Amino acid sequence: MADSNPLRAATPGQAYAEFVKGLWKENPVFVQVLGMCPMLAVTNSAINALAMGAATLFVLTGSSLLVSLLRKHIPKQVRISTYIVIIATFVTVTDFTLKAAVPAVHRELGAFIALIVVNCLILGRQEAFASRNTVRRAVADALGMSAGFAFALLCLGGVREVLGSGSLFGFPLFGPAFEPWVVMILPPGGFIMLGLILLFFNYLRTKRLRIFGGSSRDRGGEG
Amino acid sequence: MSAAESEAGNVAAAEPSSLRLVGTLGLAGLLSGLILVAVYELTLPIIDANDARALREAVFQVLPGTVEIQKLTVQGAALAQAAEDAEGPAIYRGLDDQGASVGYAIPAAGNGFQDTIRVIYGYDPVQRQVVGFQVLDSLETPGLGDKIAKDQDFLDNFKALAVDPQIVAVPEGAKRAANEVDSITGATISSKAVVKILNAGNAQWLPRLPEAGSEEGR
Repeated sequence: MADSNPLRAATPGQAYAEFVKGLWKENPVFVQVLGMCPMLAVTNSAINALAMGAATLFVLTGSSLLVSLLRKHIPKQVRISTYIVIIATFVTVTDFTLKAAVPAVHRELGAFIALIVVNCLILGRQEAFASRNTVRRAVADALGMSAGFAFALLCLGGVREVLGSGSLFGFPLFGPAFEPWVVMILPPGGFIMLGLILLFFNYLRTKRLRIFGGSSRDRGGEG
Repeated sequence: MSAAESEAGNVAAAEPSSLRLVGTLGLAGLLSGLILVAVYELTLPIIDANDARALREAVFQVLPGTVEIQKLTVQGAALAQAAEDAEGPAIYRGLDDQGASVGYAIPAAGNGFQDTIRVIYGYDPVQRQVVGFQVLDSLETPGLGDKIAKDQDFLDNFKALAVDPQIVAVPEGAKRAANEVDSITGATISSKAVVKILNAGNAQWLPRLPEAGSEEGR
């Protein structure tokens, strides 16, 4: 994972920059290719994508805040275990809360709420960013990364729901004559659409880089 | 990941004592446990209330005409009315506005195409018919198997479905007898699973029902 220099001092402008980089330049899905499991599993409708995006935002921001606050007190040897405990606590709180507040959404997302614990996007941000940066920058980074993640989930969920169910956020779009592409809400449709979307965004990126003459260093995906 | 860099930076720092490592993790676990217990205690009543409300709504839906519900559990050899929070397998008797029995709502579950399907269905002991049906929980294939919960033609099968000698799944459009269910084309396994679940539910519960109107008793 590539990060900007963590030793820079924090200013409001830099916090803003940390936020914005997650939206596009270091988007966790389109660029870092992280969090593929929820990305493929819960994006069969836009509303599920949005719920997963919101849950991830809460967990990632809460964890980054705590990890950054405690970064001087956690010994390096047990840091990963401590991060996991912190993340798992936030995830379980989210799980119970969703089940109490919106049972229908919780039923749809099922096990994937609990599986946020192992979303490598979240642990990745703790290890690579929150544990080495000030609280302000860590939270800005977490908000940006989750917003970028939610944006990517929504792209995929929206397209799959429109094609696979003929609706968007549950509202029918095409009338009864439309024959839904059932494959789009099944796993193969998720892979196909993710591939096409990655292709599209990488095409946009390389095109911009060529125009503005930026360096075209490639970042490998993990997780 | 940049684990290698941080390991390198670590060499210079003194090794913290084991006590400190254990203490850190122990403290993290303790705090985490306290938070989780608090959240669990806060949300549990809401979650239980949600589940109970969903079940009540399902009973009203599968037993048309019901205004009041009694919970029945097996007590000794017979079924008897039980408290709302009684444990163990239970069925529900629906009463109409006169206080007369409308029928029984029977929860049942069995293997579907991918995972357990949980359903609840209404049974009228006088007509010996299934009179309503609802899927509570299923992970059937979206667009195919999940039609067992949504497809109106399929659900119409269960508005007056005879249970004798037993319920049978037939190909779509082939329903002739009162005990036959039109399957959903493309979701034969899910359709058959539903029929199997209903037959199993009937075998488990019908012999235990009090003999309503008595002349239909076996």
